[in-house]
Amino acid sequence: MLATYVVLDGYDFGAGIVHFFFAKTEKDKKNITNAIGPFWDANEVWLIATGGVLFFAFPTLYASSFSGFYLPLIMILWLLIFRAVGLELRGQVHHPMWEAIWDKAFGIASLLLALFFGVALGNVVRGVNLGMVENGISTEEAHYFFLPLWNPTFSPQANHLGIIDWFTLLLGIISVVALTIHGANWIIFKTNSDINVKLKEVIFKLNFALLGLVIISIFIWHIIEPKPFHNFFKYPFLWLLPILMLIGLLGLFKVKTLKKDGLGFLFSTLFLVGGLASTVASIFPNLLPSTNKINPSLTLYNVAADHYGLSVGVYWFIIAILLVIAYFVIQYKVFKGKMDDVGYGEH
Amino acid sequence: MLFYDRMQFAFTITFHYLFPQLTMGLSLIIVYFKWKFIKTQSEHYNDAAKFWMRIFALNFAMGVVTGIPMEFQFGTNWAKFSELTGGIIGQTLAMEGMFSFFLESSFLGLFLFGEKLLGQKLHFLTGFLVFLGSWASGFLIIATHSWMQNPVGYEVLANGKFVLNNFGALFTNPWLWPSYLHNQAASLVTASFVVAGIGAFYILNKKNVESGKLFLKTGVIFGLIASLIVAMPTGDMLAKNVVKHQPVTFAAMEGIFHTEKGGSEIILIGQPDVKNKKLDNKIAVPNILSFLTYGNWEQEVKGLEEYSEDVHPTNISGLYYGYHIMVGLGTIFIGLMAFALFQLIRKKLYTTKWVLWTLVFMMPFPYIANTTGWYTAELGRQPWLVYNLLRTAEGASPTVSSGNTLFTLLGFIGLYLLLGMLFLLLVGKIVRKGPKPQTH
Repeated sequence: MLATYVVLDGYDFGAGIVHFFFAKTEKDKKNITNAIGPFWDANEVWLIATGGVLFFAFPTLYASSFSGFYLPLIMILWLLIFRAVGLELRGQVHHPMWEAIWDKAFGIASLLLALFFGVALGNVVRGVNLGMVENGISTEEAHYFFLPLWNPTFSPQANHLGIIDWFTLLLGIISVVALTIHGANWIIFKTNSDINVKLKEVIFKLNFALLGLVIISIFIWHIIEPKPFHNFFKYPFLWLLPILMLIGLLGLFKVKTLKKDGLGFLFSTLFLVGGLASTVASIFPNLLPSTNKINPSLTLYNVAADHYGLSVGVYWFIIAILLVIAYFVIQYKVFKGKMDDVGYGEH
Repeated sequence: MLFYDRMQFAFTITFHYLFPQLTMGLSLIIVYFKWKFIKTQSEHYNDAAKFWMRIFALNFAMGVVTGIPMEFQFGTNWAKFSELTGGIIGQTLAMEGMFSFFLESSFLGLFLFGEKLLGQKLHFLTGFLVFLGSWASGFLIIATHSWMQNPVGYEVLANGKFVLNNFGALFTNPWLWPSYLHNQAASLVTASFVVAGIGAFYILNKKNVESGKLFLKTGVIFGLIASLIVAMPTGDMLAKNVVKHQPVTFAAMEGIFHTEKGGSEIILIGQPDVKNKKLDNKIAVPNILSFLTYGNWEQEVKGLEEYSEDVHPTNISGLYYGYHIMVGLGTIFIGLMAFALFQLIRKKLYTTKWVLWTLVFMMPFPYIANTTGWYTAELGRQPWLVYNLLRTAEGASPTVSSGNTLFTLLGFIGLYLLLGMLFLLLVGKIVRKGPKPQTH
């Protein structure tokens, strides 16, 4: 579910970043908002649903991580609100200053959201000081913690960790680049903009940066987690996940010669899903690693809800997810093809 | 530390619920308009359905963006509560996201942008599904709320965790159905007053007069029916539930400090003096409360003095005012809508200016009544998060400092002020444009 949310709202954020950096004419901008306009709030429903499922299936993880990552989570909420406001309000008043303000709000909020999501992933990989251990003694219950936004050294190995350090920031930048590519692919897929040719060039160039950053991050990963491939050697089928990611990444280099506009979006989706899944596979069964030796990491097994609740939940969840898929099929069928002329924001 | 957590939740939920309370009721009226259009083929009805769906969409978007912080706050600010009860309330909250939000948001998009592609019958169906989604959403939230008010189907483990042992019980909770119907009827009151108020505005403003008459007529009829249902039977059922399960709350709501022999009076007006256990400037009618509560003029209603102070609601005055404002406004709504309907039948409503003006100015009041009604429910539950089982003070996040919570509270206040102003601007724009067919 989280992967679905990232793929869906990811193109929203990416389109916002493209809008900010590459859309010059009014027509380009309109095309971009048309391409995401009818979908963004439905995409954010995935965030609500993901949060809800996390809440009932893993209440301890929900409680621990949401209170521990208090500040960045609330800031993500603010950014989501601010971004939605920008998107919805821009078209309401036709005045250059008004449009410029909301363009910037929309673009910057999109950029920061993409960055924050990458940073969040970095925090989960790096782990946190569960139980807030000081000098070998837990000062809180074993699964609670709190992180400030940063510590003065910006180091992922400091005693007092922060949300943002050079490792999590690196993942944040990867996220920004990857989602920009993803958003650009969505725009190419959903519109016939003049900007599309330029965007293909942008994707091609950014993809070099993405490849470089991914290679750097794999080396750096060793500093954080000495045996990142442990699970992969144990269960060789897991190699499929990074291979999917690699197919997506390499496929994106062909963006300029692809026959179908949807293929580029497919490649960036593969990259995102493969990358997220590889990360989860790498730390599994940990969900939130502990950086101290006193309190154990939060794992799939020690944070789950009770058996009865989960087994009931599985039934309704399967029904619900089938319905959700049906809605999406209907929605995308009705609105298939290019969205240039839906006139979003003028209704 | 608890104070700011509570203030932040109260502030963000109050702001959030300004939007769903309109959309739930409004979706029913939109379905009605669309249905009338298919029956009569009169374009007025179709224009009305599409006009109100534009208002709905704006409110829905506001509901989504202000709703995400609600769900997140369970984890961010009430981590201990989430950890202990997440296996139960997480179920209903997750079901809300999975079953109703997806339904609502998917078909809202189809309704707004898909009329030509779908044809009229399917367009009606998408409207109906939006209605279904929004009412399912209310149902699952109130199922969650009802569990906190009157916990059922659970057991408590040795580590203090509440686990579910009967899924079905969550939906047969005696608290749930009266609350749900009361709330949905109240939401319809808000929507009816808004529809009628905009209609009256159009007539007074001499623009879109034909649509205005349709809105006014529809709003008044729905408004009277809904206002009556809010009082009887749903309000009455709910009050009897409070008497049965939370008698101390009931005493505080009604402002009954002392048990009166020979029957209790109903208090209409008066200011509670909690310290001295009395009401100032009281206007009351003898024995009515006993009759309304037990159907017996003489039966005594237990006063607050009968209960130990550590189970008294923490804000007795707020609870008392919340309840009295709600009931007072509810009574006024019935009177006003009944009179408006009387004028409508006499064919004088469209020309009686003072009634039209009154309807325009009444638009904010159902919002106040809904909000104070919810304050009654929530303040009435205090000092408990889960009634009689888990105190509010035991539910807050252990590691989040009050400084951080105050910081985010201030941030929410600033952001929501901006959001509120922009919302009014946009609603104003839609209303000014009117329900006439679009040309672009």
